[in-house]
Amino acid sequence: MTAVGGLLTVLMLTGIALVLALVTPDRHRSLASGGTSMGIGIAGIFTGVAAITSPPKVALVIPIAVPGGLGLDPLVLSPTPLGGVFCIVVGAVGAVAALYGIGYAHGPAASRTGWSAFALFLLGMLIVPSAGDVVSFLLGWETMAVASTVLVLSDHAERPAVRPAAAWYAVMTHLSFLTLATGFALLASKAHSTTFARIADAGITGPTGIAAFLLLLTGFATKAGLVPLHVWLPRAHPEAPSHVSAVMSAAMVKMGVYGIILLTSSWLPAVSRPFAVLVLALGVLSGSYGILQASITSDLKRLLAYSTTENVGLAVTAVGVGMLLSNAGQPEVASIAFLAALLLVVSHAAFKTVLFLGAGTILKATGERDLDRLGGLARTHPVTAWTFGLAAMGASALPITSGFVAEWTLLQAVVHGDGRANTMLALALPVTLGLLALTIGLGLLTFVKAFGMAFLARPRSDAAASPSPEFTSRPGTAAMGVAQVLGALSVWGLGLAAGPIATAFSSVLGYSGMVTSEMGGLRLVTIGVLDPVALGLLAVGLALPVGLLVLVLRRRVPRRATDLAWGCGGVRTSPRMEYTATSYAEPLVRVFGEALRPSRSLEVSQLGDDRVLESRVAFAQELTDIVEDRWYAPAARWLRIVGDQARRIQNGSIHRYLGFSFAALVLVLVVVTLP
Amino acid sequence: MIAALLVILQVLVATAITPLLVGVMRQVRARMEGRVGAGLLQPYRDVRKLLAKEPLRAEGSSIVLIAAPLVLLVSSLMVVALVPLVTTAYIPSIPSDLFVVVSLLLIGTVALALLGLDSGTAFGGMGSSRHMMIAALVEPTVLMSVYALSIPVGSSTLSRIVLARGADVTRVVTPAGLLAVVALVVVVLAETGRLPVDNPSTHLELTMIHEGMILESAGRDLAWLELGSWLRLTALLGLVVNLALPWGLADTAQPLALLIAVAALGAKLLVAGGLIAAAEVFMAKVRLFRVPELLAGSFVLAFLAVTASYLAG
Repeated sequence: MTAVGGLLTVLMLTGIALVLALVTPDRHRSLASGGTSMGIGIAGIFTGVAAITSPPKVALVIPIAVPGGLGLDPLVLSPTPLGGVFCIVVGAVGAVAALYGIGYAHGPAASRTGWSAFALFLLGMLIVPSAGDVVSFLLGWETMAVASTVLVLSDHAERPAVRPAAAWYAVMTHLSFLTLATGFALLASKAHSTTFARIADAGITGPTGIAAFLLLLTGFATKAGLVPLHVWLPRAHPEAPSHVSAVMSAAMVKMGVYGIILLTSSWLPAVSRPFAVLVLALGVLSGSYGILQASITSDLKRLLAYSTTENVGLAVTAVGVGMLLSNAGQPEVASIAFLAALLLVVSHAAFKTVLFLGAGTILKATGERDLDRLGGLARTHPVTAWTFGLAAMGASALPITSGFVAEWTLLQAVVHGDGRANTMLALALPVTLGLLALTIGLGLLTFVKAFGMAFLARPRSDAAASPSPEFTSRPGTAAMGVAQVLGALSVWGLGLAAGPIATAFSSVLGYSGMVTSEMGGLRLVTIGVLDPVALGLLAVGLALPVGLLVLVLRRRVPRRATDLAWGCGGVRTSPRMEYTATSYAEPLVRVFGEALRPSRSLEVSQLGDDRVLESRVAFAQELTDIVEDRWYAPAARWLRIVGDQARRIQNGSIHRYLGFSFAALVLVLVVVTLP
Repeated sequence: MIAALLVILQVLVATAITPLLVGVMRQVRARMEGRVGAGLLQPYRDVRKLLAKEPLRAEGSSIVLIAAPLVLLVSSLMVVALVPLVTTAYIPSIPSDLFVVVSLLLIGTVALALLGLDSGTAFGGMGSSRHMMIAALVEPTVLMSVYALSIPVGSSTLSRIVLARGADVTRVVTPAGLLAVVALVVVVLAETGRLPVDNPSTHLELTMIHEGMILESAGRDLAWLELGSWLRLTALLGLVVNLALPWGLADTAQPLALLIAVAALGAKLLVAGGLIAAAEVFMAKVRLFRVPELLAGSFVLAFLAVTASYLAG
């Protein structure tokens, strides 16, 4: 299948999915539409693979005619190899999420609107990386934005929190569209064309180039959820249905990364060069701020959303490091950084899908996403526990997952940049590494907390103590488990098959310094080798004697079950005395108190007049996003004031409106008659 | 093939010497505090005793209770296999890359933290929370020291770093090299739960970190946990002494060279362990919320090491 053929299949399947969503009865809709949406995803994967292996020589060209002769070039759909990588990401995430959705979607998410929007969402996300011109790019972008907004709104009738979340999302995503459209307009007017190829050839520089660069960067950073433009992410992700959150977090935000890569490498390479430090700073700050917020939050889906900011931040950090190094004339190491960016994108897509799907199962089983009220789910939900655990290892970059391979590559790029002759590098690289390391460390804590609080220990609430069983008899529910398992396998598969994947990405980037090692690992010539399979074999080899010893000992002294191992004669205490997610993060909140500014209240009621005895202690802690409080709240207040003032010119008098119309007419005539 | 055999030998030697190292540290401390002490071989007897005892399984605990000690042990064994302790030879597809070593240590860290949570008691959670906080805050120093060490060699492979330092004495005493090793010492103390970060011999609930997490484990589970933690100490301490005194390691399978290497490792480790134990007598554990200050200090040292090696190089 060629890439263009794949795209045609995607379009056709989207049409079928829309029809099916509209005509199938409620009972079968999820199966029919979910199945077709899976098909869209699989076709997307084929498109991407075809685009990488045999870059298309033909393109899907749709001439457009706009009245007024704006001189728009035809729409071009023809994915580049780089676009192919993102097509695969979108396709794979979409397919797994759709499979999960077959069992998971219920209520509004399984309605006609819900499934139609899901199919259109996937279509939009596949058009963006296939687009070869501005107009189709923006069309895809807007389809993706609108469809996802509809999906975020799914549960607005059930939970009041959904509406403000969707409002935040809609506002931010359309601000991003606005800046993108303006930036592209500047580019197109300079290049006299809307196709990306002509824009890249035009070699735009000067003030227009800088303005376009900053506008486009803002737009893409908003979609990618980079700090300080991330505020929509921790609101929209938790409120959307979980299979939609998975797609939004694992695939949609990557479009922002795709945009940033194209912007800096293809459209405006000359202009973006001095801004390498800005890109790097955006990435590093997003990484550390995102994970800091994730580590202290106790809402599971909010935690995952902040972790998305972190991971996208890491990918953008890699892009920034690559830009910085190629500025410094070290193209070899720069290529490794770009390779790391792609690996990070792919690995995050894999593990974040599984994590959101796992959160969905927890939500469905217990109705809770507050980690403070969960616990002990490993016993009742083993499949979810295993898949979530394996994916969490990927998220914490532990060997030998895909996340580990990606972060190893990034770290190698950072430490192999030569800062000897370049003061900028000598300063930027160590600072980057320090913040990266903090990000990695906090990421570990975050996911230990998420997994441990949800699945281990004893249930902290009645809902968690008696969850609905993992697989009910409802048809299609097994699909959820299959989707989770597939995703978890991919997290580890991508790690074990790191070599071939990285080789494919190197060819996308035109980098030849990477080869696959003997056992399918990653060999960066002159830098080092990472062979996950060999590492795994070493682990197995060392575990064998220990395992044999355990088998012998187990026969000799069997394990005994007891109420409480070291109760010291006491009885099992109430689960209320266990550590919760909030208490787990308490030391961090103290250490980073300056950056987090928690608001706490402690109320102690005395028993009568006694100063020693206390009848009740109430503790409440509220953690808010400091960026939101400091920047967005004042901006919103200011906008409200301006809006109030603007109301004055609209007093409802028909005479005044006629006056406005007349003034406008005069103004237009004056402008037209000017030479 | 020879490299693989050397690595196996290294694992065996390190595992055999580890309880002795712990015994020496405890005995030095006991003598300096005016106690008789349990003897140098007590840790061997402890492990044998624990392996023969019945492990308990609390109601409501999951597979983590059984798996975490084994995971910790295997991860420590892997670190011991990769770090150049006896030999600088390595299996070609698994070089002793420092970033990989650090990640393997983190696997053990995570296993311990999950074990602490699994018990479902307040102490376990408390230990786990503190343990992970320290692990998170120590990570910048760890990677920064790795960075500093890798700059002069152009590689993060430990064997190459040690070889390069051994071949050229001036490398060891450069400001950058010294700063990096000092920063690494603080890291080792934090990672292995020694004073002033954690007191390995405490059972006072307000101060314990490591002990809090393993409180519910018994029998062979506890034996694996102890052995795994001790092996971490051996590996990390061995790494530091080999970076500071990069001589005596064998790079071939000659019997004489190997004998010297084993003896050198033993001498270096036991002396370093004795010194640490002696220093601990005069030290108190710092408050938990002063630990970040200590780690920030060591981070600054590592950062200076990096910039120094760029500016001086």
